[in-house]
Amino acid sequence: MKRILNGIIKENPTFVLLLGLCPALAVTTKFETAYMMGICVLVIVTLSNLIISIIKNLVSDTVRIPTYILIIGSLVTVIEILLERYVPKLYSALGIYLPLIVVNCIVLGRALSVASKESVKNSFLDGIGIGLGFSLALMLISFIREVLGTGMISLIDSISGIVGFKLVLRVLPNTSLFPNSIFVSPAGAFLTLGFLIALFNYLKSRKVGEEK
Amino acid sequence: MNLISLFVASILTQNIILTKFLGICPFMGTSSKEKNALGMGIAVSFVVTLSSIITYLINYYILIPSDSGYLKTIVFILTIASLVQIVEIIIKRYSKTLYKELGIYLPLITTNCAVLGITLLNINNGYSFIEMLVFSVGSSIGFTLVIYLFSTIREYIQTKNVPVSFRGYPIAFITASIMALVFSRYIGG
Repeated sequence: MKRILNGIIKENPTFVLLLGLCPALAVTTKFETAYMMGICVLVIVTLSNLIISIIKNLVSDTVRIPTYILIIGSLVTVIEILLERYVPKLYSALGIYLPLIVVNCIVLGRALSVASKESVKNSFLDGIGIGLGFSLALMLISFIREVLGTGMISLIDSISGIVGFKLVLRVLPNTSLFPNSIFVSPAGAFLTLGFLIALFNYLKSRKVGEEK
Repeated sequence: MNLISLFVASILTQNIILTKFLGICPFMGTSSKEKNALGMGIAVSFVVTLSSIITYLINYYILIPSDSGYLKTIVFILTIASLVQIVEIIIKRYSKTLYKELGIYLPLITTNCAVLGITLLNINNGYSFIEMLVFSVGSSIGFTLVIYLFSTIREYIQTKNVPVSFRGYPIAFITASIMALVFSRYIGG
C-alpha cells in the first residue's frame, strides 16, 4: 500500500519527477483521452516492471538498456495491435503518442531505478503506483483544460462509449471570459502544467515548514 | 502540400516542441544554458535527419513488402538507438573537438521522443521522399530555434526575482506557454 501511495503522491511522475511530459501535455485536451492514455501507461509500466524484475539476473549490465527498450517496445506493440483491432477510435485519438510510450522516460526510468534492483512484488506494486499517479495527473490536467477550454466535461464520450452510452456534462456556464479556447490550445497545456507544478511546490514547501 | 509552406509550417506554426510537445525533456532539462541548448539542437538535428531517411527506406522497402508494418515501433527505436551509437563512434574517431562538444548529448537522444516522433510522423502523414526530407529538416531547425530562444529567455529569468513556488520548472512552463501563443499566431499572419 505504501508503495502504491509513493507513486501517486511522493514520487508523482508528472508533478514531482517531471517525467513523461510529452503525453501529459499532448493528450490532455479531453478528459476521456487523458484517462485512456493513463490506463495504457498503467498497463505497460506495470507489466514492464514485472517482466524486468523477473529477468533482472539474466541480463548483463552492458546490454541492459537495449534489452529493456526491446521489452517495453514489444509491450507497446501488443497494446497497439489490440487497440487498433478492438478500439480503433482510441487508437486514432492517441495517434503517435501511443507508440511514443516506448521512449517515455517514466517506463524506462522505473525499469532502471526500481525493477532492476528490487523484488518482483515491490516492482509490480511500484508499477501500479506510478501508473496510477500518472493517470491521476493526466486526469487533473485534462479536467482543468477541458472545463476552462470548452465548459464541458466528457466522462464517457465517443471513444469509451462502446455500449452507446454517453456522459458529457456542461460544468461551466457561458460567460464573456470562459470557456476560453486558449486552454485547449498547446499554450494552455504549458500554462496549466506550469501552475499545477507551482501549486505542488507550494504545498510541499508548506508541509516542510510545518514539520520544522 | 506545397514544399515551401510545409517547410515554413514545420519550423514555425507546426513546431514540434510548441505544438506537438515532442522533445520536452531536453527542452526543459538542457536548455537553461545557451551553449548547451545550441549543442543539443545541432546533435538532435543531425540524428533526426539521418534516422528519418533510414527509417523511411526501411519502412517502404523492407517492412511494407514483407507485410510487417506492425513492427514499425520496435524497428524504428532499434534503428535510432544503433544510429546514435554509430554516430558517437564516428565522431569520437574523427573529431575530438566535436566529440567534446556533442558527446554528452548523444546518449540522451535515443530516448528523445522528438526523434521517434518525427520518424513516425513521416510515415503516418504519408509523405513522399522529398516531403519527408523537407519536413525532417524543417522540424530540426524548428527544434533548434525554439530550444535556443528558450534558453536565452531562461538565462534572463534566472537573474530576476521569481516567487519561490514558481522557480525552476513552473516559470519555464509559463514561458513556454507564451512562446507557444506567439508561434501559433503566425498562422493568421
